[in-house]
Amino acid sequence: MSAIVPRSDFSLLSANPALVYLDSAATAQKPRAVLDAMNDFYETDYANPHRGAYALSARATERYARAREAVARFFGVRDEACVIFTRGTTDSLNVVAAAWGRANIGAGDEVIVTGAEHHANFVPWQQIAIERGAIFTICPLTADGRADVEVLAALVSEKTKVIAFNHVSNVLGAINPVAEIAAIARSVGALSVCDGAQGAPHMAVSFDALDVDIYAASAHKMLGPMGTGVLIGRREILDAMPPYQTGGDMIAFVGDEQTTWNVLPHRLEAGTPNVAGAVGLAAACDYLTAIGMDAVAAHERALVKVAHERVSAIEGVRVHGPSAAERSGVLSFTVADIHPHDLATLLDERSICIRAGHHCAQPLMRRLGVTATARASFYVYNDENDVEQLVEALKSAKRLFAVA
Amino acid sequence: MTDTSALYQEVILDHNRRPRNYCAMADATIEERGVNPLCGDELTLYLRMDGDRIADASFQGSGCAISRASASMMTSIVKGKTRAEADALIEQFRGMATGQTVLDDLPPTLRVFAGVARLPQRVKCAVLPWHALHSALTGGTGSTAV
Repeated sequence: MSAIVPRSDFSLLSANPALVYLDSAATAQKPRAVLDAMNDFYETDYANPHRGAYALSARATERYARAREAVARFFGVRDEACVIFTRGTTDSLNVVAAAWGRANIGAGDEVIVTGAEHHANFVPWQQIAIERGAIFTICPLTADGRADVEVLAALVSEKTKVIAFNHVSNVLGAINPVAEIAAIARSVGALSVCDGAQGAPHMAVSFDALDVDIYAASAHKMLGPMGTGVLIGRREILDAMPPYQTGGDMIAFVGDEQTTWNVLPHRLEAGTPNVAGAVGLAAACDYLTAIGMDAVAAHERALVKVAHERVSAIEGVRVHGPSAAERSGVLSFTVADIHPHDLATLLDERSICIRAGHHCAQPLMRRLGVTATARASFYVYNDENDVEQLVEALKSAKRLFAVA
Repeated sequence: MTDTSALYQEVILDHNRRPRNYCAMADATIEERGVNPLCGDELTLYLRMDGDRIADASFQGSGCAISRASASMMTSIVKGKTRAEADALIEQFRGMATGQTVLDDLPPTLRVFAGVARLPQRVKCAVLPWHALHSALTGGTGSTAV
């Protein structure tokens, strides 16, 4: 099974032919198309958008608007003003927790997250619950790491204001039933907030069809640049949300006493925007669309199936999470008597990049009964040889650590 | 043998498999928890002080081979040492792990950790127990993070 894009599309990968990059769930490598698009903005159309009364600024404004259109298309959002550019998923989720949460969560209300959340979709909700005197509830997981929707349906009440959950677990690759959870939230009038950081890069996402209120994602995990992300929300939610930050661009009129706000999306994008970031994300969306997100998902599923079989066949290895057919391209595992950090160091010696640790998901680690796992994650540029190298390196590490 | 394999020498692997002084201490006079927030690894260090001298030292916790072996060797070597002697060892070990100290100062058994200086992301693993020891000997907060 070969990669579904040429390795030569990625300068870093072509410059390091021996590199086995298995950490795309942390951040993905960048195709030249993305870097070129960003560079092109700086070299041909660069000025401050929305401001200058001159042609160059108008071109910059146009680039930014076109980027938003492309991103909206990728995420299946008809109303592109509902795509807000942020610094990334963490930023997006913090905006919602702080701005929407503060305005809508009161004492005695309930905020629900799942036990498999990344800290970015856990801590902001925990903290706003503490601040507002609300009850913070952690929805239990099924044995394979998804939100237990039966329990969730029984947990919710009129007091439930938010249900925050991941599209795909960054540790287990387990895919949550997004529409089902959104329906449960809707049944009690709660806001459904989906952390799509591990979803959007790996499978087709249609925001309008998912029916969630909020969807957040990061550009850097989907071949785009670091420092850019999106906050996508239903218009009535975003329109009613108090501005998170105030300043330039987001105002309609600033009086001495009062200020009125600009319309979406500008209302939620204070200050000079990261236009190059948006342009880069748009190029990444176009690159992924050209491959086809169904092809991306199928490729990862095929790779992770082989990896799951080969890695779990090694004695003493425990793979966490669902079966290969039900996960995205993420494989978390532990090896008896070898700590994940030692594994990562030994694999690095063979130019194999994996992640080791708690993956910013300590509540999930506790639920798995481990302090850390090793995680290999796959993307469009990985192939079966990468899996082979991983398996060989794991066997070698086991030999080194074997009890004498 | 590459640099990394050189770090995972038999002595480190042995201390990882069979850590010395790996137990709770009922009559400990100081108990200090060390945490590496980056990876979630933690250990509890137990010391029984006899005046100015460390009469006994032990540890428990979860961590990688580097941090376990480091704690295992550290608890062995500081037994019977005065605070000042332990302080000097802490200083030397930290210096070695960050690649700054002349190795001559350090007991030969601890020099197996010199390799971590080339692995910036693993320095904290080796230093964690020593950090906890330093905190324990300087008043102790009960919990310390590297």
